[in-house]
Amino acid sequence: MQKYRNSKVARLISLTTCCLFTLLNQCGKKDTKAGSETTTIQVKGSDTMVNVAQAWAEEYSVVDKNVEVEVSGGGSGVGIAALVKGTIDIANASRNIKSDEATIAKKNTGKEPKEFIVGYDALAVYVHKDNPLNEISLDQLKQIYAEDGSVSRWSDLGITIPGTSSNEIVRISRQSSSGTYEFFREHVLGNKDFKLGSRDMNGSKEVVELVGATKTAIGYSGMGYATENVKMLNIKTDHGAFAPTVENAQTKVYPLARSLLLYTLGEPEGAVKKYIDWIMSAQGQEIEKENGYVPLSEVASAN
Amino acid sequence: MSSNLTESTLTLPDAIPKRVKRVGRPRWAIIGEQALELLIRISGISAIVFVLAIFFFVFKEALPVLYSHNFSIKEFLFSTQWYPTSVSNVRYGTFALLVGSVTVTLLSMAIAVPFGLGAAIYISEFCGPRQKETLKIIIELLAAIPSVVWGFIGLTVISKLITTITGTAVGVNLLNGSIILALMSVPIIVSIGEDALKAVPDSFREAGMAMGTTRWQLILRVLLPAAKNGLLAAVLLGVGRAVGETMAVLMATGHSVKIPHGVFDSVRTLTANIAAELGEAAAGSPHYRVLFLTGILLFVITFIVNLTADFVIRGIKRK
Repeated sequence: MQKYRNSKVARLISLTTCCLFTLLNQCGKKDTKAGSETTTIQVKGSDTMVNVAQAWAEEYSVVDKNVEVEVSGGGSGVGIAALVKGTIDIANASRNIKSDEATIAKKNTGKEPKEFIVGYDALAVYVHKDNPLNEISLDQLKQIYAEDGSVSRWSDLGITIPGTSSNEIVRISRQSSSGTYEFFREHVLGNKDFKLGSRDMNGSKEVVELVGATKTAIGYSGMGYATENVKMLNIKTDHGAFAPTVENAQTKVYPLARSLLLYTLGEPEGAVKKYIDWIMSAQGQEIEKENGYVPLSEVASAN
Repeated sequence: MSSNLTESTLTLPDAIPKRVKRVGRPRWAIIGEQALELLIRISGISAIVFVLAIFFFVFKEALPVLYSHNFSIKEFLFSTQWYPTSVSNVRYGTFALLVGSVTVTLLSMAIAVPFGLGAAIYISEFCGPRQKETLKIIIELLAAIPSVVWGFIGLTVISKLITTITGTAVGVNLLNGSIILALMSVPIIVSIGEDALKAVPDSFREAGMAMGTTRWQLILRVLLPAAKNGLLAAVLLGVGRAVGETMAVLMATGHSVKIPHGVFDSVRTLTANIAAELGEAAAGSPHYRVLFLTGILLFVITFIVNLTADFVIRGIKRK
């Protein structure tokens, strides 16, 4: 008898909890309807762009309260790999998508990746602020970084660095998942391989930090990451030496200027399309400029 | 008692089964117990299943590359050329990474073993009960610091210390990684080493003191030999932690493919290399498979470490 009653009580309790949960659920549903649904846009990729991508996401949460943009870095390769698998909405990239990556995307998801140029960046070559060197040519950079390059000491460039007895050039590079790494390999090394033994950093910021802490170092990173401990070198070309500046990047006289790209799977729709349109608008481009990148020239001139 | 029982069985043969049913445990209890037993058995066996499943998965992902025409196992093991994403000439040589892993581990153990065992001896034999409690709590706290925080300390604090003290150019190097790994494995060595010393019966200590030994003689001649097995286990667990650690060494060693010529050279370890590159390697590509093969290489290394430890301990036991 006792047992029977117990089970009845248990059943009653479970029934009420069931009802309660359903009620709560209903309430929850009503709530989201009242505030209209929030959409989440997943963005991943380039470490060069992660600062500006986060700034965009933050600002956009004010513009459209119903859209939440989640940004993560990892490198252009990581972003494109995730896009190809179909796990994110937008991939940030500081290099173009490769044809085999596009084929895999088509195979996996049935959609072609679509490219948007959202701005430009000048890839700056950094040295320590005490380094007397002011300009460098692409060929010298190649001799320093490429596999069979001949330059390994600062004296090879006719430079002595004050305050240190060391003469060896400490090469600072990026991990191979980075779009910056691939851009540098393509445009400076002519697709040759890097000399082994460079310190390969995880992010754009780490490169600049290590250069700032090391008197004999040289490194490359986006120009938005400059600090007071480092110096950006002018790049020597046939037409003169050019500093990595907004104007020089827009006019493309600076030889290491590159496009900042967004990729989506197929034509973007709904919230994603609105977000990308907003990035291309005057407001989005202004944020890009504030973060040390180069906005699209037509928008900048319209301002 | 027994005579009573036999009497009842004799007089009431039919009543017995009924009684057993009513007085004995209810059916749900028996089923529940059996279910619980099954559950425990499954969790016991699950460890084996998981290990086998991991082995199977890693091998399955790695094996196809062994048959591909542009891969040679000789290059993989003995070449220092690691160019997995090269445009013109892809090379997968992990020798420099292997040397990186081994040197970082050895140097970190050279730092951690004296400190760890020293601390274990101090805590177990020299300090008073109150100090012992405080020290143990703090050392356990040391073990609870996440590895990425250690890496952060290596990148900022220790790197700066190394450059200012030694005047070397770059602070993220072999020495830095080893110091961080040593700091991470010391807590393990201390707590397991201390347990091993505590397990030595007090009668050993009493006998030693009765013979008129000094404290040092007692530790060196009596306690350390008696606790040898446990202390070795402590050191080997420390080695295991050092070989397998990823995030901290990724941040502190400088991540540079190079055979080190001194403690101030940067290195890259097998684990850090997998962590840094697996994210971008397209699933199924040769680069992806070679990274899994490096995983197998790590498996083999830890397997050899464990096996030698086993043999050494057995050898000691036989003596």
